[in-house]
Amino acid sequence: MTTTPALRGVPAINWNRVTDDIDADVWDRLTSNFWLPEKVPLSNDLSSWRTLTADEQTMTTRVFAGLTMLDTIQSTVGAISLMPDARTPHEEAVYTNIAFMESVHAKSYSSIFSTLLSTDEIDDAFRWSEENENLQRKAKIVLDNYWGDDPEKRKVASTMLESFLFYSGFYAPMYWSSRAKLTNTADLIRLIIRDEAVHGYYIGYKFQLAAAEASPERQAELKDFTFTLLQELYDNEDAYTEDLYDPLGLTEDVKMFLRYNSNKALMNLGYEALFPKEATAVNPAILAALSPSADENHDFFSGSGSSYVMGKAVDTQDEDWEF
Amino acid sequence: MKLVYFSAASENTHRFVLKLQTNGTRVDAIRLPMGRNAPAPLITDPYILLVPTYGCGNPRTAVPRPVARFLNIEANRALLRGVISSGNTNFGSSYCMAGRMIADKCAVPHLDSFELLGTQEDVSRIRERLLTA
Repeated sequence: MTTTPALRGVPAINWNRVTDDIDADVWDRLTSNFWLPEKVPLSNDLSSWRTLTADEQTMTTRVFAGLTMLDTIQSTVGAISLMPDARTPHEEAVYTNIAFMESVHAKSYSSIFSTLLSTDEIDDAFRWSEENENLQRKAKIVLDNYWGDDPEKRKVASTMLESFLFYSGFYAPMYWSSRAKLTNTADLIRLIIRDEAVHGYYIGYKFQLAAAEASPERQAELKDFTFTLLQELYDNEDAYTEDLYDPLGLTEDVKMFLRYNSNKALMNLGYEALFPKEATAVNPAILAALSPSADENHDFFSGSGSSYVMGKAVDTQDEDWEF
Repeated sequence: MKLVYFSAASENTHRFVLKLQTNGTRVDAIRLPMGRNAPAPLITDPYILLVPTYGCGNPRTAVPRPVARFLNIEANRALLRGVISSGNTNFGSSYCMAGRMIADKCAVPHLDSFELLGTQEDVSRIRERLLTA
């Protein structure tokens, strides 16, 4: 028979006593970034979807199936696995937000699918994601760490997922956006990309706090672990990218984007970039697609694409400025 | 030229500044206080401001509050010669927005920008810029 533990000293979260300002800061950023896929008029992409060749549609569908899987892992295992080792109650609360938002991301791909594909095609895409060896290996490598007993290695794996592993997938909608195709889908993906940046920054920051307190031996172990894991994941991403993009001849371009983002994952963890400049020369069209309002004037309400919620005006009034 | 910079508890910008100091060069750098209500220092020499971009694309919060408070002091603004900013391209058109906003508001050049912790190339380029400015 189980007994109920005495309810004494069970803590309640007090947001009026925040010990790490970054917790409150990130909570505010995440909640003010909140969005739902229903706000993006995806159905306007149907006509441009029909202009894609069969190979192009297959690649795109598989990309989204793979991204769905990563978001599912991050929501139901990754973010949750970080909670027991949270340094503050506010950190735990931030992880609940991250976990929920990853579920929103995962559901967004289903919105894209239901807009563009038949039920059978959707089922095929999910079947592919369960059968693709490189995608499954990627999941296994990450999950082994999430289920492992080292809290710092969990954070490293989580930051890699947030800041690096998504990008073999994110390339595709940015590629289409640069060709003025699937622009509403690209808008939705940009919202996801923005969220993942905050997640990677935050989890990486919490990793750095723990690493800073560790002994020099432990610091060396964590650094070694990080670069070994990155290499293992990178080799797998290489192969996964070939699976997806070889039929379209885009693989080398995608790999530039992968290396660029893997450098950013390392930086989020407080380490130096690994890949040199020439190995991370992202196609300018892809970088421009990340930043749509610079060269597009589409209006959100007309549904013709571009940046919903993202700030456009550079100069606005702010109560902090006195001049 | 002197450098004035802001870095939050994550220390990302602070570490960039530390990297500027290696290789035997010495960049004279002043860090702005972090606290939300800490008083802003008064600067007496011309300087370049290094600022990370906050706010995830929201212009209202793009410039860290202590930086805005520091620039609200007219004497500090008068000595500002240029801005260098950092950011993350994930935030799209808001990338390095803090630098652009300050450059616009204070009518000084937005001299340079880099992502996150900055690469080796970013460090050498910006060190050179500061030493020759």
